[in-house]
Amino acid sequence: MSIDQQVPPADPAKAVRPAFLVHDPGDSVGIAVEDLVPGTAVVGHVLTGGLDGGVRVQVRDAIPLGHKVALRPLQPGEAVVEYGEIIGEATRAIEAGEHVHIHNLRSRRWAR
Amino acid sequence: MTEAAFYGYRRRDGRVGVRNHVLVLPVDDLSNRTAEAVAANVPGTLAVPHPYGRLQYGEDLELFFRTLIGTGANPNVAAVTVIGIEPNWANRVAEGIARTGKPVESFAIERHGDLRTTEMAARATARMLMDASELEREPVAVSELVVSTKCGESDTTSGLASNPTIGRVVERLVERGATVMFGETSELTGGEHIVAQRMATPALREAFLEVHRRYLETIERSGADLLGSQPTQGNIAGGLSTIEEKALGNIQKIGRARVQGLLAPAEAPTGSGLYFMDTSSAAAEAVTLWAAAGAAIHLFTTGQGNIVGHPILPVIKISANPRTVVEMSEHIDVDVSGLLRGELDLDGAADRVWEMMRRVSAGRLTCAEVLGHREFAPTRLYPSA
Repeated sequence: MSIDQQVPPADPAKAVRPAFLVHDPGDSVGIAVEDLVPGTAVVGHVLTGGLDGGVRVQVRDAIPLGHKVALRPLQPGEAVVEYGEIIGEATRAIEAGEHVHIHNLRSRRWAR
Repeated sequence: MTEAAFYGYRRRDGRVGVRNHVLVLPVDDLSNRTAEAVAANVPGTLAVPHPYGRLQYGEDLELFFRTLIGTGANPNVAAVTVIGIEPNWANRVAEGIARTGKPVESFAIERHGDLRTTEMAARATARMLMDASELEREPVAVSELVVSTKCGESDTTSGLASNPTIGRVVERLVERGATVMFGETSELTGGEHIVAQRMATPALREAFLEVHRRYLETIERSGADLLGSQPTQGNIAGGLSTIEEKALGNIQKIGRARVQGLLAPAEAPTGSGLYFMDTSSAAAEAVTLWAAAGAAIHLFTTGQGNIVGHPILPVIKISANPRTVVEMSEHIDVDVSGLLRGELDLDGAADRVWEMMRRVSAGRLTCAEVLGHREFAPTRLYPSA
């Protein structure tokens, strides 16, 4: 899985500028901190895990700043995890690097 | 992490404050004018005007008294002059505050008029201010602090960075035996099951879910569609997809801490640890309730730039939004936007907030204090009779 491709830890003074951030090591999504461009390989940080740019993903969609990118493949109905908690479920199969939003993710609490 | 000393004023009831205000507290709207006249005659004191205090009854009146008494009793306050149109309620508020052992004087305008009341109250207030000016800060333990936290004008950067930063700070405070309060009942909707899991006991869990259920019933009775429309179109444009995700961004402020107790609005916590208070999510109303419950420092995260302050409770603003920290720099005490650029991790960001908390305890004024933000917004439960 792309999330497991570890990059060697950087000196904090030469911190890697992340393209996305991940709240919890077990999360299935990261949050873009810049607009992500399809076809690019980008690195992100796990917020609790230092500044080592330790997560990589191959971007598949245009993903605006503040939106979610899938870090691993998700099956239809599978729980989507952010902050180490379930934020909803995939409504269809999602590939790593895809945009995760209301078109492929729905609440398990309230019907919209 | 450094453990440099916090400072505070140790009050007679044992509580610790970080400010030394002398308040002129009107009991009702009619007394605002005299309270402000007294404060104008005694520079260095602070009037706290508000539009309430007449013909309130029942639970709403009890909350009102709890708010006024709690504000006067707050350890950030050295002494209080209470002014009401008539003596009964003024004395009731004054007696409530006096239970802390701090100096309190009570005045009624009936039978004296504004001008004589102003003179009598100003003379008493001047004496109390001189006495308060001799009190000194001393080093205090972190465990003696009572801190409250809220977010406002939140955006993507709140759930992503500034709220998790406060979560780290809250974990550290609770580990060191401090008391922390959070609330915002409405904003937890969608994530209330997760907050419920954080409750220390099954009884607390049930009580918390009951508080939340009552909130939902109130909304349903009003006919408003606050729930079906969550997350809002603006939230969705910003990247939030589900109500769970929105609530989780807010909940990050408590980190992984366990909740030790539930508080009614403006109710003071009786022990240390993390407490949930049933509050509005409106900034000034919620901050006013925590100040009345005895908070000495408030940590407020913002994305788009909320500017709230309070007369006696220093509000420290934390933002991770790179535009807000530049465009509204006079409102932001701690810039943690480096989290988004990979220049800070959560512990580094929490260190910054911790150090600012410490400096504010030692006397540094917050942005909200310097800009004169003194929002005092008592919560009402229903209209006056």
